[in-house]
Amino acid sequence: MEQVKDKKFGMVIDLDKCTGCGSCMVACMSENNVPFREDETDKLLSVAWMRVYKMTNRKPYPDTEVCYFPRPCMHCEGQHSGHSPCVSVCPAVATDYSTATGIVSQIYTRCFGCRYCMAACPYHARVFNWFDPVWPHGMEKSLSPDVSVRMRGVVEKCSFCYHRYQKAMEKAYVDGRKELEENEYQTSCTQACPAGAITFGDLNNTHHEVYKIAQPDHKHHGKSKNPKVFRLLERLGTNPKVYYLSSRKWVRQLGDNYRPDEIMK
Amino acid sequence: MSTLDDQAKESTDEAAVESTEAIQDNGTGGYIILFFILGFIASLLVGWIAFPMALYSKKEQPVAFNHALHMDEVENGCESCHFFRDDGSYSGVPKLEQCIECHEEVQGDNENEAHFVSEYVEKEREVPWLIYSKQPDCVFFSHAAHVLKAKMDCVTCHGPVGEMESLPVYEENRITGYSREVWGKNIAGLKKNSWDRMKMDDCADCHKESNNKVTSVQTEKDACFVCHK
Ligand code: HEC
Ligand code: HEC
Ligand code: HEC
Ligand code: HEC
Ligand code: HEC
Repeated sequence: MEQVKDKKFGMVIDLDKCTGCGSCMVACMSENNVPFREDETDKLLSVAWMRVYKMTNRKPYPDTEVCYFPRPCMHCEGQHSGHSPCVSVCPAVATDYSTATGIVSQIYTRCFGCRYCMAACPYHARVFNWFDPVWPHGMEKSLSPDVSVRMRGVVEKCSFCYHRYQKAMEKAYVDGRKELEENEYQTSCTQACPAGAITFGDLNNTHHEVYKIAQPDHKHHGKSKNPKVFRLLERLGTNPKVYYLSSRKWVRQLGDNYRPDEIMK
Repeated sequence: MSTLDDQAKESTDEAAVESTEAIQDNGTGGYIILFFILGFIASLLVGWIAFPMALYSKKEQPVAFNHALHMDEVENGCESCHFFRDDGSYSGVPKLEQCIECHEEVQGDNENEAHFVSEYVEKEREVPWLIYSKQPDCVFFSHAAHVLKAKMDCVTCHGPVGEMESLPVYEENRITGYSREVWGKNIAGLKKNSWDRMKMDDCADCHKESNNKVTSVQTEKDACFVCHK
């Protein structure tokens, strides 16, 4: 059988464009059957795959600057293929790294809720279901059949809308193709962003927009060659596939926990 | 000192002596062995036959559909009823609208057809077909990948359903609600035909044989996100 080239799906988020509107969070929740509760005031208990954080440069008025920071799952590759923090600790093999797509999966029926992965993840990208989902009357009919629903006691996280890849591949097979076009597989948050701040695609494909912006150096664990591009907590060596772009130095510094007096490499 | 131990030892010794005496004396040991064997057989029967029978409830399909008969009537073979949509998804079991062009009204003097027409066609109700091959909700299966890309035959996974004159009895697992086709009929896990069972490992083993590509870093098989969603 003819071999298809391995993909490495990734994302660049342009923090200069992000307005913090939260459309990505809403789109993600409705796309992926993410449960919510009547009272969502306690954020420690709420479930969200994509979360927008607010950060400031901590300077007094009039020098205050604000930056909004969307955070999906980083789909870390680690220092060698698939050695992401969560995959390497899971005692149940409920989370896995695919070398064909670079996506970190979570199989909810296998997970027994020990939350070891949540402790291992430096990005808080994983959330625990403290409750069984309760949908407002009639809403269970509008759930997506393409994404399995979760129950109380399991961990869940962003999947880069993997079901959209599955659907797109099926369409390609019907058309007699084995490869996808760049626009055929896009995550829900990417398409929902009104500012066009999110770019999604294959980091192994030099024709994809995401490759052109992120300029990953695969010899150095995907470190970007673009001086404006950084990754969250890059120095931990998790080798994430979500890149951030910012023209502001304080944003890039904060993203990697630099001390104010430290010189950026 | 170690009186307790000694006492215990003594009493077991006594018991051993008594029981060997008993065997020699009046042959009750033979009964014990016989009871053991009978009990063993009884529990095997319960475990291998009675429990599996109790575990699955048998259900009749709502309409007695005849594949063999219809294959002579339709023009396009299986695709007249089971076809791919343009978006890549598979139509699966047919909808009522695909039957109506021929069954607007009763054609012959056939009881099954009359029942189908009066109960479903005239009332415009979809037939609640029971799906033998239905997988759990967390499984993603793609007919396009198997039938179109890998050019596989329906029989490989479904057996000869498409040629049958009547639909097989549907068996539902009372605990999980899954169809019996998934875990297979054979309690010992033996498999004669490729369609006898469609568990996770049956899918994964065939994948391993057919393209031998390991994409998971956790297992020696496909990544979980090939068949799961
Ligand atoms: C006239 C329409 C029609 C045609 C033509 C037809 N089928 Fe079917 N088929 C049905 C209906 C109706 C069912 C629903 C029964 C059920 O629930 O399994 C079905 C069910 C099946 C199933 C069982 C699916 C499951 O898991 O429950 C298989 C397999 C199948 N058909 C294969 C075939 C094959 C192979 C052919 C061609 C040789 C074919 N069919 C032709 C109407 C048709
Ligand atoms: C191409 C035309 C055609 C289509 C499409 C078709 N049928 Fe039929 N069907 C027939 C004919 C012809 C008979 C035989 C009528 C008779 O002799 O009673 C028949 C017989 C039947 C019978 C009685 C079978 C028996 O012998 O017990 C049932 C039930 C039935 N059809 C159901 C369906 C269903 C359900 C569908 C939709 C999935 C369907 N048919 C689609 C032509 C068709
Ligand atoms: C590789 C194995 C495989 C092959 C080949 C295959 N199927 Fe299936 N089929 C399945 C599985 C597994 C399911 C259950 C899918 C699910 O529940 O998600 C299924 C489901 C179905 C269903 C019921 C779908 C529904 O939910 O409505 C029909 C009808 C069907 N197959 C017909 C066919 C026909 C006709 C062919 C040949 C063209 C075919 N299949 C080839 C494995 C296969
Ligand atoms: C008898 C062999 C066989 C069985 C059984 C089988 N498959 Fe497959 N499957 C294949 C082949 C061959 C391919 C095509 C592989 C390729 O070309 O990359 C495939 C491809 C797939 C794909 C698409 C992968 C892609 O790259 O797009 C999915 C999803 C899949 N199978 C799921 C399943 C599931 C779920 C089951 C069990 C219910 C199953 N398969 C059972 C042979 C099988
Ligand atoms: C080749 C396809 C395939 C792959 C790869 C695969 N699975 Fe499955 N899995 C299935 C199918 C089909 C079922 C349903 C049948 C069964 O229960 O065996 C299933 C069932 C399960 C179930 C039970 C779900 C339930 O509700 O009954 C769990 C848990 C599970 N898989 C976990 C995993 C994990 C974890 C991985 C990755 C290490 C994985 N699977 C990889 C096909 C696959």
